[in-house]
Amino acid sequence: MGKIPFSYSIRNLWTRRLTTVLTISGMALVVFVFASILMLAEGLRKTLVQTGSYDNIVVIRKGSNSEVQSGIDRLSASIVETQPEIAIGVNGDRLVARELVVLINLPKRGSNKPSNVVIRGTTETSLLLRPQIKLAAGRMPRPGSSEIMAGQSIARRFRGGGLGETLRFGLRDWAVVGIFDAGNTGFNSEIWGDVDQLMQAFRRPVYSSVIFKLGNAADFDKVKLRLENDPRMTIEAKRESVYYEEQSKVMAKFLRVLGLSLTIIFSTGATIGAMITMYTAVANRTNEIGTLRALGFQRRNILTAFLMESLLLGILGGCTGLFFASFMQLITISTMNFQTFSELAFSFSLTINIIYQSLVFSLIMGFVGGVLPAVRASRMNIVDALRAS
Amino acid sequence: MFILKLIFKNAFRHKLRTWLTIVGITIAILAYGLLRTVISTWYAGVESSSATRLVTRNAISLVFSLPLSYEESIRHVPGVKFVTRDNWFGGIYIDEKHFFPSFAIDPKNYLPLVPEFVIPGDQQAAFIRDRNAALAGRKIAEKYHWKIGDTITLKGTIFPGNWEFVLRAIYHGRDKSTDETFFLFHWDYLNEALKKTASRRADQVGFYFIGVTSPNLAAEVSQAIDKMFKNSLSETLTETEKAFQLGFISMSEAIIVAIRMVSFVVIIIIMAVMANTMAMTARERFGEYAVFKALGFGGVHLAGLIFGESLVIAILGGAAGIALTFPVARAFGRAMDNYFPVFNVAKTTIYMDMAAALLIGLVAGIVPAWRAVHIRVADGLRRIG
Repeated sequence: MGKIPFSYSIRNLWTRRLTTVLTISGMALVVFVFASILMLAEGLRKTLVQTGSYDNIVVIRKGSNSEVQSGIDRLSASIVETQPEIAIGVNGDRLVARELVVLINLPKRGSNKPSNVVIRGTTETSLLLRPQIKLAAGRMPRPGSSEIMAGQSIARRFRGGGLGETLRFGLRDWAVVGIFDAGNTGFNSEIWGDVDQLMQAFRRPVYSSVIFKLGNAADFDKVKLRLENDPRMTIEAKRESVYYEEQSKVMAKFLRVLGLSLTIIFSTGATIGAMITMYTAVANRTNEIGTLRALGFQRRNILTAFLMESLLLGILGGCTGLFFASFMQLITISTMNFQTFSELAFSFSLTINIIYQSLVFSLIMGFVGGVLPAVRASRMNIVDALRAS
Repeated sequence: MFILKLIFKNAFRHKLRTWLTIVGITIAILAYGLLRTVISTWYAGVESSSATRLVTRNAISLVFSLPLSYEESIRHVPGVKFVTRDNWFGGIYIDEKHFFPSFAIDPKNYLPLVPEFVIPGDQQAAFIRDRNAALAGRKIAEKYHWKIGDTITLKGTIFPGNWEFVLRAIYHGRDKSTDETFFLFHWDYLNEALKKTASRRADQVGFYFIGVTSPNLAAEVSQAIDKMFKNSLSETLTETEKAFQLGFISMSEAIIVAIRMVSFVVIIIIMAVMANTMAMTARERFGEYAVFKALGFGGVHLAGLIFGESLVIAILGGAAGIALTFPVARAFGRAMDNYFPVFNVAKTTIYMDMAAALLIGLVAGIVPAWRAVHIRVADGLRRIG
């Protein structure tokens, strides 16, 4: 005797359409939430990974966790600038920039609710250090003037951040003359202006950080050791990529914990749904199962057939959930990073790995929901099953 | 009475299925309750804020400080009762994972402003007397096993170096919503140290915390203060404590919206599960419904039976879920106390739970009831399985 044909399982699902659709939609919703949260965490990770470069080094004051809290005086900045490992650019300049990073409170378009935005005082080298950043509209601000350029996500969402508009802070009006596109990075949520002008406007005599590019990425440990042991200053040096990863550790952990707990709770609910469906399917078909057994099908054939049915429910739910989750890629989330108190925009990002995880997850839900009912079906006594009405 | 008995008997005809459904609903209501509590916790700081308190900060953003000289000017604005300088210290204890808010304050003016911090009299006097004294909330004191007289070292992030404090007082909250995780110490202690190490940063105040004589004066006083410093090097922005707190929340609004959406999704998921149960139940009993009809019972009667059964299951699940919310919320609050200093289940959350359970029961009954009401007697009697 061969196996029970696969079409048997499919047709069973088709016969009880309403139940099948309800079970699948329950599972689809769970997979949707599961996939969305993975996509969100992935989007955040991607944004941060792409923000920092591996061979860029950020120098901030020792013990300060972020550029906003840090302060580097002119003497320390000059010492950092003289390090021999710093890369030389095409026109012979050393690739090092003294920068100022502060937060300003800007109202959002539409809701008018204020939020903290990073404003970065930059030099001409700052752009060379971040090749991800491209001018999208307008022109570059002239050095030494009250002109600024805004990241795309700022231009879109904050009042006064668009091309041709002006922002007022530090007793001055600042004209937005350019919009830059920084791809999928955190720089998209920043405003850039001339560092010396901004320092005067904010009355800050110190820089926030010094950024430089290494000529040879392997020199990092050597430079770090020399800089941090220099008795003239108390600073720490970090790779830019590590720096940005640390900036959102709390946020990433929050998303992970939230995602994990939601997934566990939701999947329990959906698995119970599948279990109810499969138990009922078995109970309704006692006679049928008896007949199949009488025809000579083995217990394991019955077990496989019912398990197949439940796995089918799972995979259908998984595919439906993923289908809807893929639309989440169109959405960009912008929220406050708890660690830096500043705006950060990132979007949902779907990867092959997430598709794979979601499908495996939906199969597991189907399996767990179906295994007990299937075992019950396979254990039925032929005579009793045939007698049941 | 008979009807009720019938409904109960019906509900537990398939024991396994009914219990599974009840467990499903319990989990869903529990999840819903927890998510709602997370949202309401976010607003805990807003709810515990007082209408007579104002916050004056630098108009550019909180990162920028205000001169110390503003304190006296603010004190002379009519309607101002107390004003205290306040600096966000942002110290790290052990490592970044052990976060609690730390502020440098002026105890004499600060303590009268916060009647919700209850401190034993002798401890309060000791805290005010000692310049390197610290005041900590009950929650963090218990968490780190601090006792009065202990020396606590915080690593400064904004103000570099290691800072040593002697714990002189522990406060507990007057209300349930009071945050018991604050760490407060003398502003003078910070300032004197800064005068020696970074004189440029001395005599600077992060923000001023102001008490007004009557909540009606809040708007007037805010305007008067901001007008006074208009066009100065440090323009100010004064708002009520509530608006100040709401400002922080609105920045992380996206997360709150997401959690709120997810909390509805869990209800929809369980609706699908419950509707499934009811659909299967009704399908098995079409024969019976036809018999009822043949005996002369009307559609209303049948619909009542189905809705009744659906509601019984939903209410049982809902009640279990609500009962479990409290212990689970306590455990969750303890596990996540870095994110949520106060984690209490609100009364409205419980009402929302109940409403959700009823809704699940009603929605699940709609399709089966509609089918049962419209079934033709002959079809129903002929139908098998």
